[in-house]
Amino acid sequence: MDTLTLDLAHPLRAFPLELELEVGAETVALVGPSGAGKSSLLRAVAGLLRPERGSVRLGTARWLDTAVGIDLPPERRSVGLVFQEYALFPHLSVRRNIAFGGERRADELLERLHITSLAEARPAELSGGERQRVALARALARDPAVLLLDEPLSALDAHTKATVRAELAELLRELALPTLLVTHDFEDAASLADRVGVLVQGRILQLGSTAELLAAPASEFVARFTGANLLPGSAGPGPDGLTEVVLDSGAIAYSADEGLGRVGLAFYPWEVSLAREAPSDSALNHVSGEVRSLVELGNRVRVRVGPLTAEITAASSTRLGLREGELVVASFKATAARLVSL
Amino acid sequence: MRGTFGLALGAAAAIALGFLLLPILAIFLQVPPRELVAHLGDRAAVDALVVTAKTTAIANALILLFGTPAAYLIATRSFRGRTLLVTLVELPLVLPPAVAGIGLLAAFGRLGLLGSTLGAFGLEVGFTQAAVVLAVTFVASPFYVRAAIAAFEAIDPNLPAAARTLGAGPARTFFRVALPLAAGGLGAGWALAFARGIGEFGATILFAGSLQGVTQTLSLAVYEQFDVNFDVALAIGAELVVVSAAILLLVKLVPWTRSPSTSLIPFAPSRSS
Repeated sequence: MDTLTLDLAHPLRAFPLELELEVGAETVALVGPSGAGKSSLLRAVAGLLRPERGSVRLGTARWLDTAVGIDLPPERRSVGLVFQEYALFPHLSVRRNIAFGGERRADELLERLHITSLAEARPAELSGGERQRVALARALARDPAVLLLDEPLSALDAHTKATVRAELAELLRELALPTLLVTHDFEDAASLADRVGVLVQGRILQLGSTAELLAAPASEFVARFTGANLLPGSAGPGPDGLTEVVLDSGAIAYSADEGLGRVGLAFYPWEVSLAREAPSDSALNHVSGEVRSLVELGNRVRVRVGPLTAEITAASSTRLGLREGELVVASFKATAARLVSL
Repeated sequence: MRGTFGLALGAAAAIALGFLLLPILAIFLQVPPRELVAHLGDRAAVDALVVTAKTTAIANALILLFGTPAAYLIATRSFRGRTLLVTLVELPLVLPPAVAGIGLLAAFGRLGLLGSTLGAFGLEVGFTQAAVVLAVTFVASPFYVRAAIAAFEAIDPNLPAAARTLGAGPARTFFRVALPLAAGGLGAGWALAFARGIGEFGATILFAGSLQGVTQTLSLAVYEQFDVNFDVALAIGAELVVVSAAILLLVKLVPWTRSPSTSLIPFAPSRSS
C-alpha cells in the first residue's frame, strides 16, 4: 500500500492553509472548527483545487508538484472522494451512480454496503444513511488508492449517526486504504480514525492517537476541542514534586505536569467524581460548586458543577440524589490534571 | 361594497381577457374554417411554410450547436468581464429588430464588414436563404443562451466535481452529468428561442428581403398577402397561432423538472470550508 504524502500551502480567506502530512494504510482524521480549511485540503488532494504551492504524492507517483508544474486532473488521481452532502447524481439510479465510477465492481459494492435492494432507486428516494452508503460505494467503485471523506457523518441525524459511524469504522478497517477524513466533531474523529489531527486556522496543532491527544493536549484549543474542562490559573512548584496551581477562583489544585506561570488546568469530565462532602482519598483536587444542570446520556449523566463538567454513571447520580442548585464537591486526581499554556 | 368591488374586478378581468383573445379569435372567425384551410394550399402560403421550416430548422440547429457550449463555458468559468459578456449576449434581446437587420447588413451584406471577404469566396449572403437563417439565429439565440447559462449555473458544482473524481474527463462530465441535469432549462430556453425565430420579421425583411419561395417566411408572407389576398394572410396567421400555441403548451405541460439536488437534506448543517 502506497503512502499519501502531502505538503501544501494555500491562502484561504482569513489565513493560509499550511500543512504536511503522511497517511499510510490507516485512517487519519483532521478535526477542526468550521472554516479551518478542511474541505479545501481534501479538494487539493483530489485535484479539484489547485493550491498555491506544494506537493501531493502517492508512493513515488507525483499528483501535484507546483515546483515543477505537475498538476494531474482529478480523473487521473486515484482518489475516492465522499462529499459532505454526498453529491449523488440525481438523474441516475443508485446502480448507475455507482457504475459511473466503475462498472466492474458495481454489483459487489451494492452487496457489500447492503444496498442491493436500492439498486434501481433514485437518490431523492433515499434516507441520509442510505445516501451515505451509495456515496461510499460510488467512491470505491473506481478502486481508489486513497479515500477522502468530507464530514462523512454531519449530514445524518443523531438517530442514524451512531449506527452509520460503527459501520463506517468497520468498513474503513477492512479497506485498509490510506484514508483522510475531515470533521468538526471530535467524537466522530476519535471513533473512526487511527490518528487524529487538530486543524485550526489552516495548521495542524497536534497529531496523534486519540489516547495521546487526551493524555497530553498540546494547547488550550486541543484541550477544549477534545472536551476537557479548562480552569485558568497560575502555576508554581508545590509539595511532593507536584505543581501547585492557584486557580483564578482562588482555589488551589495540583497537577503532576510541570508548569510555571499562566496555565490552564485541563481534565476530562469522566475523570471527575462527585460527592456531597470532600472525600479524603487519592483524588487530590476538590472544587466545590452548585449543580447547574443534569443531562442524561444513556447510562451516564453529565453534570455541570460551577465552572466544570463531570460525567458520572446514572447509578451514582441516583445514589447521590443530585438536584439542580445543590452544593457538591467535584474531585479529580493530580495525574488527571494536565497543564496547558494559555 | 364588497359586491361592487367583486363586480368591478370581474368586469376589468373580462375586458382584459376579451381584448387579448378577440384578435386571435377573429383570425379564425373572419372566414369560414373550410376556406381558411383551403387558403393554406395557396402557392404563397406553401412556399412560405417551406422556407420557414427549412430556415428555422437550420437556425435552431446552429443555436443549439453553438449556443450550448458557449453557455456552458460562460456558466462554469469565472473570468474578468463575465458580467459584461453576459450583458452583450443579452443585447439582441432588447434590440429593435430593424436595428438587428441593419447590423446584419453592415456585417455580412455585400458592402458590409465581412462582405468583401465572403465575396472573395463567391459567397453572397444578403437576400438569400442564408440571410434568413442568420437573421433568425441572431434574434433568437440570446433567448436560448441566456436560459442555458442559468440552467448550467443552477447545477450543484459538487456534481461535476464528483464526476471528475470518479474518473470522468471534462467531456464525459459534460455529456453524462451537466447536460442531463440542465436538460429542463435548456428545453424551456430552446422553446422560447424557437418561438421568437418563427415570429421573426424586422431583421429578416431588411437583411433577407421578402422573395416568395426564397426568403419569404410565414411572418413575411402575412405582411405580403395582406395587400394581395387578405384571406390568405388570415390563413397563414391562423397557422402561426396554432404553432405558437403548441410551443406554449409544450413549455407549460412538459414537466421540465428542475434538477432536484440530492445533496440537500433538510437538517444538513452549513458546510465547512
